[in-house]
Amino acid sequence: MKKLKKTFIYLFLSIATIISIYPFFWMIVSMTNKSVDVTQGRQLPGTYLFENLRKLFDQVDMVTALTNSAIIAILSTFFTLFIASLAGYGFQMYRSKGKDIVFNILLLSMMIPFASIMIPLYRLFGRISQTAPIIGIDTLAAAFLPTITTAFFIFFFRQNTKMFPKDLIEAGRIDGLSEIGIFFRIFVPTMKTTYAAAAIIAFMNSWNNFLWPLVVLQSPSKQTIPLLISNLGSSYAPDYGMIMSAITIATLPTALVFFFMQKHFVAGMMGSVKG
Amino acid sequence: MKQLTNKNSIGWLFVLISVAAITLFYFYPMFDALLLSFQSGMGANLEYVGFDNWSRLLNDPTLRQALINTMTYLMIQVPLMIVLALFFSVILNDPDLKFRGFFRTAIFLPAVTSLVAYSVIFKYMFSVDGIVNQLLMHLNFISEPIAFISDPVWAKVVIILAITWRWTGYNMIFYLSALQNIDRSIYEAARIDGANSFQQFIQITIPMLKPIILFTTITSTIGTLQLFDEVVNITGGGPGIQTISISQYIYDLSFKYTPNFGYAATVSYVIVILVVILSIIQFKVAGEKE
Repeated sequence: MKKLKKTFIYLFLSIATIISIYPFFWMIVSMTNKSVDVTQGRQLPGTYLFENLRKLFDQVDMVTALTNSAIIAILSTFFTLFIASLAGYGFQMYRSKGKDIVFNILLLSMMIPFASIMIPLYRLFGRISQTAPIIGIDTLAAAFLPTITTAFFIFFFRQNTKMFPKDLIEAGRIDGLSEIGIFFRIFVPTMKTTYAAAAIIAFMNSWNNFLWPLVVLQSPSKQTIPLLISNLGSSYAPDYGMIMSAITIATLPTALVFFFMQKHFVAGMMGSVKG
Repeated sequence: MKQLTNKNSIGWLFVLISVAAITLFYFYPMFDALLLSFQSGMGANLEYVGFDNWSRLLNDPTLRQALINTMTYLMIQVPLMIVLALFFSVILNDPDLKFRGFFRTAIFLPAVTSLVAYSVIFKYMFSVDGIVNQLLMHLNFISEPIAFISDPVWAKVVIILAITWRWTGYNMIFYLSALQNIDRSIYEAARIDGANSFQQFIQITIPMLKPIILFTTITSTIGTLQLFDEVVNITGGGPGIQTISISQYIYDLSFKYTPNFGYAATVSYVIVILVVILSIIQFKVAGEKE
């Protein structure tokens, strides 16, 4: 009976594993095959990889999309980490009744569905366009500005600040550091792992973001990777080999981050619950 | 005392940029959407029309379909995923299990994909000449390929399967980490008292995991209510409007059809109201007093 149960468990887990991994397998195999072979269900690696990549970079503006996505994701991550950690630290280290109230109000913004603020945001950037076109509609700046800080990351940094030893702050004050100096010289270097975890989540969110870029970026030269894949995916005569190459390239950064920084990755995910 | 107030104001400086940014990019737009919901017109030429948009909500077949679809996804997908994730986490929490790390990583892996990317992959896998049809025909389960994407029922099934594939492992990780905090001696005691594994699961595991189950249910619910990427990239809302989600309808109203920001903003408040109501219900059901 016990053995039967064990067998069943392993069987169940194996099926789950196959279902989980198969789309990745198919994506990578199809990247090396001709489109016709993909439609005929070929499950073995082929020799068409370089041809697919060549087509992808020749026929589609993959380089522009990669550059745009990278710029948006890096700037978004940098600003989020900087602004949200300042706030998380401020809310925790300089606690006051007023700040606690403001913090709770900020948390309410986590309940706001993006779809419900997308039109007003679009109008806001439309107005900004009139005075400062450089950060208005159809600019990379507009794509990342609404993401420069979120209640989630403020909450995340505040939770982690709770574990930061207060003695270090006192020591900094005795050494004559200013309050902001303490933050930059002591807090930031001590909390490297917290920043790493937050960076992974912020980068992934931005790299994969679809709806807001779809709304605010209009010209092809501003296209990001998810927009490009969505366009390719909706074409009537899809070139499967080429599209799978694009998808693999798009998945690579987050997959690599996951495999090499699994601990930070999970810590970032969990940041929203612990404490 | 003077130093204390001084520290307090320095603290405000630390949080200033965040407060400004969230006010500008979240709270102000919410307020603007409320104002917009009382206006109508094309593009930027808007005028106040009272409650016209709000009464239009009651008689909008597309909205009704979008609500039915979103609720269908919600009622089937969220419970299915939570139960699966719980099941996996309990199995994978067994220290005697071999290849634990491998199984955990494999089941979590879908969570690293971008929503657009995996949606396109699912669309192709379930296409008429796709791999799923080829497999089913090869196994003689069906003789003719099924038009998964263009059938109103199958299309919903594909969307639900896709979301479940992407998020089950993600939720499992939350349960696994919560399970590690449960003292094993509780299970020992239950076993001595003669409780079988199913009874242990219902009477120990579920109650201990209640807060985290609530958390994942709320985040999944909010996520499903905002569903956009999957529907747009797998079915495009079709056939017809059979799989359209509320978010997609808002997008279409604003940017695809003749732009009607006023009505789109009104529809967007439907999501806000649903998020608030469902969150309250879930808190009440779970009996949380916070």
